[in-house]
Amino acid sequence: MSEKKFSKKHEWVSLEGDIATVGITKHATEMLGDIVFVEVPNAGKSIEKEGQAAVVESTKAASDVYSPISGEVTEGNKVIADDPGSVNGDPEGKSWFFKLKIKDKGELDSLMSKDEYDKFCKENPN
Amino acid sequence: MAIQKTALYDLHKSLGAKFVPFAGYEMPIQYKDGIVKEHISTRTHAGFFDVSHMGQFFLEGDETLVEALERIIPSDLKSLKVNHSKYSFLLNDNGGIIDDLIVTKTNSGFCIILNAACKENDIKHISKFLGTNHKFLLNNDLSLIALQGPKSVEILEKLIPGVSKLKFMTGNNFNYDSESLYITRSGYTGEDGFEISISNKKVKALIDFLINNGVKPIGLGARDTLRLEAGLCLYGHDLNEKINPIEANLKWAIAKKRKEVGGFNGWNKIKSLLINGSKKIRVGIKPEGKVIARENTKIFSSDNEEIGLVTSGTFGPSVNGPVAMGYVKSKFSKIGTLIQLEVRGKKYGGKVSGLPFYKKNYVK
Repeated sequence: MSEKKFSKKHEWVSLEGDIATVGITKHATEMLGDIVFVEVPNAGKSIEKEGQAAVVESTKAASDVYSPISGEVTEGNKVIADDPGSVNGDPEGKSWFFKLKIKDKGELDSLMSKDEYDKFCKENPN
Repeated sequence: MAIQKTALYDLHKSLGAKFVPFAGYEMPIQYKDGIVKEHISTRTHAGFFDVSHMGQFFLEGDETLVEALERIIPSDLKSLKVNHSKYSFLLNDNGGIIDDLIVTKTNSGFCIILNAACKENDIKHISKFLGTNHKFLLNNDLSLIALQGPKSVEILEKLIPGVSKLKFMTGNNFNYDSESLYITRSGYTGEDGFEISISNKKVKALIDFLINNGVKPIGLGARDTLRLEAGLCLYGHDLNEKINPIEANLKWAIAKKRKEVGGFNGWNKIKSLLINGSKKIRVGIKPEGKVIARENTKIFSSDNEEIGLVTSGTFGPSVNGPVAMGYVKSKFSKIGTLIQLEVRGKKYGGKVSGLPFYKKNYVK
């Protein structure tokens, strides 16, 4: 898998061939607190870059998850929909949200590297 | 107005609190453990809550004070014994709820605990009904600490002998470090516990004792999940000036004698609702599956008629699923009625549920 890239809306994406895996960052889960509901997209759904793709809710509030890249969903992670709390455990690993078949790898260029993202989080603590 | 802080602000900070502005105060919404753990530790052990933002309003006066207060509070204050508390409300001329409150009879009058966001307005309202011979004071020199959970009694008894003898919704004065404290057995979580009124100077020492005895700090986030599981209303969400106690399904909180005789604000309206019932009523709502129906979620009947709105909704950690309450047209209020909840444009199933969602353990 390729190195992870990060969005300002606290999603991560990694690429394997033309399949992108998308999830929310550890920083995002720390901001959200205990995650108690997750809705992931079904296979076949087309999503535009920065389009609303999934929902994550903590005890406090509901938030949308956006896709950092355009494509067609190949799989939503049913495991996290059944056990939303597991997202707090491993958000950047096995608790990915969805996989997409992408069209344009170039869309990743506008995203941040890990170092850039960490710096972004420090400068924008909320 | 500048944002206010309670006497424990620095302590909250040292405990890793995340703060939010609430009713003009900077208050902890959660600590390091997070809402779910804080909720569970309150249910299984004990937690403390800084609720010093709430108004501690003291009134003194003769029997004319009782008459004045009975104009706006539909409790039987005349018969209320010293050190006994009642849940009640301040009512406007239409029977609408200006605030919900706990009123306790003291030796010299009454103490009323008011919601933080309402307290200034409440006092303006109450004072309109008072006479020149009545004294009143919003005491900002006092902190208010709620200690809640099954271990509360054992822990507090070690520090303040005698508290274990209090029954639910009663209170008394106790000595602590050469100061007189007022402690009631009450709370807002569905658990056994106490509310401790203590000077801002001594509150830190009390909290240190609680922490050393394994009591966790609990923020407003878990306070909300706990009270919702317990079926208790949150003012400004489940209650407001346009809702009356009959609609709010709180007619039990109007004293029997007052229901018969009246003589309080909004009595005509409430009398007719007691006879005819209200058009809408507050109910518990249990969404199917995991979807959370938050405040302002539209409620539909099984044949798609819009029948009401959710006023509070969250994930209940002890129920291990979503819980909500809201108002529905009365004919749909029977427990078990199938409903639909519109969340993000999609309709999800649910049921009208009895309250509380979580069984209480009060010491009576």
